[in-house]
This record gives sequence, C-alpha cells and structure tokens, in this order.
Amino acid sequence: MNDAAATVRTTYREALRAALRDALTRDERVFLMGEDVGRYGGTYAVSKGLLAEFGDERVRDTPLSESGFVGAGIGAALNGMLPVVEVMTCNFSLLALDQIVNNAATLRHMSGGQFSIPLVIRMATGAGRQLAAQHSHSFEGWYAHIPGIRIVTPATLEDARGMLWTALMDPDPVIMFENALLYNLEGELAADAGPVDINRAVVRRAGQDLTLVTYGGSLGKTLAAAEVLAAQGVQAEVIDLRTLRPLDMPTVLGSLAKTHRMVIVDEGWKSGSLAAEIMARVMEEAFFDLDAPVARVCGVEVPIPYPKHLEEAAIPQVAGIVATALRTVGHHA
Amino acid sequence: MEAGTLVEWRIKPGDAVTRGQVVAVVETQKGAIDVEIWDSGIVDRLVARPGAKIPVGEVLALLRGDGKTAAPPATTPSAIAPTAVTAPVPSAAQSAADRQKISPSARRLAQELGVDLATVQAQTADGVISRADIERAAATAKPAAVAPAAGDWRAQMRKAIAAAMARAKREIPHYYLATDIDVTPLLAWLAAENAKRSVVERLLPAVPLMKAVALALREVPELNGFWIDGAFRPSSAVHLGMAIAMRGGGLVAPAIHDADRKTCDELMAALRDLITRVRGGRLRSSEMADPTVTLTSLGEQGVAQVFGVIYPPQVAIVGLGRIRERPWVTAGTVAVRQVLTASLAADHRVSDGHRGALFLAALDRLLQAPETLAEKA
Repeated sequence: MNDAAATVRTTYREALRAALRDALTRDERVFLMGEDVGRYGGTYAVSKGLLAEFGDERVRDTPLSESGFVGAGIGAALNGMLPVVEVMTCNFSLLALDQIVNNAATLRHMSGGQFSIPLVIRMATGAGRQLAAQHSHSFEGWYAHIPGIRIVTPATLEDARGMLWTALMDPDPVIMFENALLYNLEGELAADAGPVDINRAVVRRAGQDLTLVTYGGSLGKTLAAAEVLAAQGVQAEVIDLRTLRPLDMPTVLGSLAKTHRMVIVDEGWKSGSLAAEIMARVMEEAFFDLDAPVARVCGVEVPIPYPKHLEEAAIPQVAGIVATALRTVGHHA
Repeated sequence: MEAGTLVEWRIKPGDAVTRGQVVAVVETQKGAIDVEIWDSGIVDRLVARPGAKIPVGEVLALLRGDGKTAAPPATTPSAIAPTAVTAPVPSAAQSAADRQKISPSARRLAQELGVDLATVQAQTADGVISRADIERAAATAKPAAVAPAAGDWRAQMRKAIAAAMARAKREIPHYYLATDIDVTPLLAWLAAENAKRSVVERLLPAVPLMKAVALALREVPELNGFWIDGAFRPSSAVHLGMAIAMRGGGLVAPAIHDADRKTCDELMAALRDLITRVRGGRLRSSEMADPTVTLTSLGEQGVAQVFGVIYPPQVAIVGLGRIRERPWVTAGTVAVRQVLTASLAADHRVSDGHRGALFLAALDRLLQAPETLAEKA
C-alpha cells in the first residue's frame, strides 16, 4: 500500500501532534490534559486543532495547578485510562514532583504490583529561547534518578512521531522531555512513520575515533560537531541515548569498546548529573576500555541567564563539543 | 628458593587458562618472574594476595576443570627452580610521582601484546601512554629498558649466586676438559649465509655454536640432566641454559627450550627474545626452572678459555672462549685459522673424563660441517 520510500516534509511539533492524533484515534481511553492545551492549542502549539477534532472530553484545559492535574492524571491512569498530561515546562513540573515521585513512581511497588499507572507526562525542557532561568532549565537528569518511571527524550522527527504510543503502552509512568528548541526542527519523515522502540539508544553516526554520547536538544549540535571533527580527520561516533532511564549501557559501552574515548554532551548541570552517572558506569563496567579520561560538555553551573550571549555561553555549543573532543583524542600524536 | 612475593595476578576468577599460560608475577631472589600454570581449567578463586610473601608449595589459586564446579587442583610456585641462582629483584612500588601515566586500555593492550611498559614512550607532551603508543611499541619491538635499579636487588642476587656456587663447589666434584676447535669453516658458512639475509635475519656466531652444543649433548646424555637426591636423572630434552650477563652486574641462565630441535632461525629468535626479557627483568618460571645444562660464552670479553662452575642440580657447563686467529698446523703445513677453545666442566659423580672428551670431540666434528647444523633437528 504505502510506498516505503515516500516521505513527508514536517516538523517536530507536527510529528508530536500526529502522534497525539494517532493515539486519540486508536484508543478511546486516551485523553490529553494540561494548561492551555485546548482552546489555545498548547503553549508550543503542539495540540493545535485537536480540541475541535476530538472534543473537550478528550482534550481538556486545566487550571494552573500542576500538582492538581498531574495527580488527576495519575488517578485516571489508576482507573484504567491512558492519560497524556502536558506540563508546560519541566521548570513548573517541580510543583508536581510530589505526585510524580511519591505517587506515580511508587504505587506499583507499594501495592505489590496490583496497580499500574500507564500515564505519559509530556514536558518541554531546555534553554535557548531567552526565557530566563525559571523557564530554561533541564531537569530530565533529575527525573532519571527516580526508579519507577521511564524517561524518554525524543530528538528526531521519528521519535517525536513514534515514542508517544509506545510510552502509553508501557504499564508504568513515562515522562517525555521535549527540548523546546526542537519544536521548529524541520525535515523529512516517512509517510507511514509509527510507534518506535523506547528501550534502546541509537548510533546516529558511526565513527571509530571517539564516542559522543548525547540526547534530546544536544543531538543536533553534537552531530554538527561530528561533521566539523570529520573535516579535521577525527571520526566521531554519535550516540543518541533516547531513553535516560533505564539507560541502554550496552550500546554505549559497545561503542566505547571500539573507540576507547568518550565525551558526554548534556545540557544539564554537571554536578550529580546524568552525564556523571554515565561516567560512573563507564568506570564500573568499562575502565579497561578507556584510552583517555571521559570528558563532559555540560551546562555551566549557573541559573540559565537571560541575555542571549550569556545564555548561549551557558549551554553546550558546537565549538565547545569540538574542542573537548579534540582534547580527548589529543593523545593521537 | 623458599618463598616468593606475589607481585600481581594476570588472571581473575572465571578466566579460562591453558597449560603454560602466564598467570602471575612473583618476585624471587632471581628477579620478577612470570609464573606459568601447569593445568588447564577455569580459575575458581585467587587465594594469594598481591604483596604477600608465600612459601614454595603454598596454594596460590584454585582451578576447576573445564565446565566443572569442583575446585581442588592448586597452582603453586613449587615448580620454580631448585635453588636460587641469580637475577634481579626489582624493588617494589615506584612512588606516585614517578608512576608512569598509562591509560587503562593501553595497560591492558600492553599485557595482551606482551609489551614491556618500561620500554614505551608517550608521543605527546602530556606524557600519557595511550593505545597508539603500545601499538607502535609492539610493531617496532624495541629492546626493553633496564629494570628499575635499586641497590637492594643487586645484593640479593649476589647472595643467591653465592649460595648456588658455594653449593656447587662444596658438593660437585668437577672435572675440566678443553679443546681447540678450528671454526674457520663455520665462520665462512655463516658469512655466506648472512650475505643472503636481511640485517634483521642475520645469525650471530653464537647460534650455530648453541645448535652444535645441543646436538653433541644428545650423543653424551650423562652431561644433560639433574643430580637429585643422590642420583642422576637424565633429561631427554635439551634445554640449554644461556648464561646472560646483567647490566650492572650479576647474571641469569634461563633456558632455551629444546635447543637441539630448533632451527638456527628459531634459535636466533629465541636468543634475541631471551636477552631482551633478561634486560627487562621479565623471565618465565619455566625458563628459570628448566635448564638441563648451561652454556657460557665469555669470548666477547676476550678470554681464551672458560673454567665453568656447574649450576646445581645440573651436571655440566659448557664454556666457549674467544674466536681468534691462530697458527694452525694441518698435514705438516702452518696456516692461519680461526680457532675457538671449548671447555667442559662436568660432575664426576655422573660422568667420567672419557665421556666428557667424547662430547668435545662430537662438538668439534659437528662444527666442521656447519651446513648440516642448519637443517639438523
């Protein structure tokens, strides 16, 4: 039927919307809820048009109360629904942290497996839009600390289109972090694109000189850096983690076993971060594969600044990734 | 030797090991030696801790047979050499400041490729040795650098030599024989042979001499073996102990195994390898334990003749002096020939001068037909 090679020009935002529309169509238990998701069409315009298409039972605007509507989503999931809850940005999700960490993440375990919470929470993350500190932080690494929830970070059109349904089918809570700079990402997507695996990291570019590990909003910058490195004779392998919890370490370590050098690119702060966790696991599981210390390109440890030049300086950029990668392969005389 | 200090394990529990594999490094009076394992199997448990001084015969590790769960057979260093003789005992830990910076991966690669880290130079300003440096070192196979110097091991080694040689002179009734051998044909053959070879493949004169000594020993088995518990135990294999001087004093005499069965090229490779590792302080336990006879060549130092002292429990030592031009009378005519004085010191409890003389005669005869040495196995 469908020509496998047929593609459509689309954006990350449209791919997310297509995923929502697909989920709402596939299963009547699915509904979307959050601040301004209905009449306004979503703060980032992801759910634009869905209210008219599916009605206000299934696309629900909520009060400005993260704890309230995330808790409602957990309750709905406990009672057999498949809720998709949108939290405007991860910065505001901290108001719902009690619901997420103390309820969503624990109830399966505390009930001896009697309760499932097939909930998906979507939230925007990351800096770069001059929205200042209270709208620009990256907390996915924090959430990845919590057992009982799965953390996914779509970084491509395919994953924006495909991760939602797979996440809804997971019987446990899944939080999807959408880097806000990606919403306008434009490209070709297979016309028949559908659900994708959310267990595995993916090698987005193959190379043998070093491994660049990243995810989400930093993937594009890291691929651009790999391009610059290639021009200088350094072949970087780029891994998109895709899922931050549980981490797909076999893919990461498999690449390291080939390249023996690694740089981790993570917009989050270094201290106690996801990048730190990956380094720790490399030490535990692959110490003898290392030919150089693992290096990190992370967010500078300040609240994300408002001025454009300072904001850019505070998060990973192509030049910084290239410089760190060159230092890491610097032992090659 | 009564005890050794475990320096490091080269295996870990769960590893599959095969007979002859190097499993540990043990520091002895004769230096740091690589201990080989005598059974194949799976490493079940490492009993001895690195740094511990362990009596000979003590259990070092437990093995289980392939795929089985039982864990009895033990690895012990007891098979290491009868008595202490020689060799360096490199002093243990270097201070943190002196410690070479080596990436973990490079360190493991060096182990896998048998590269002596002391010989590797980092190519970059930060001085960290990386995989590329190890690969380069393995490719060029540079000779090893001198083992870490310390006054301590030299004194230890001298003590070990003193003990072994005093025992030899106290217990072994030596008899001595020597003969002059015309090696002109040998040198002519060697020159022709080397002309055909690239520089790296060339043979040293020592190589056909080793081969001839090994073959001659097969003809007189009373010179090849051990005197143990009041009886001679001949050896069917000829493991030629090569006396090799250490830089800065002392010597070791590790074995070249089955020297009589090796071709000249194999002997040359074995000799080069042995000398490299002697100077790098990395010998294997079987090389230290196995020599069935010793060969010592002091010709390079200019001496005409060697009167050897037997290394117990061996029963003979063959000495080679300098090759020099001498007037040589054949059939009533004086000619200038290249002449070598070969000597034998042998244990009179095992053999008599008659047998020793037959050995030197055989050596002479073999050296007159050098072209046959190359092939003979």
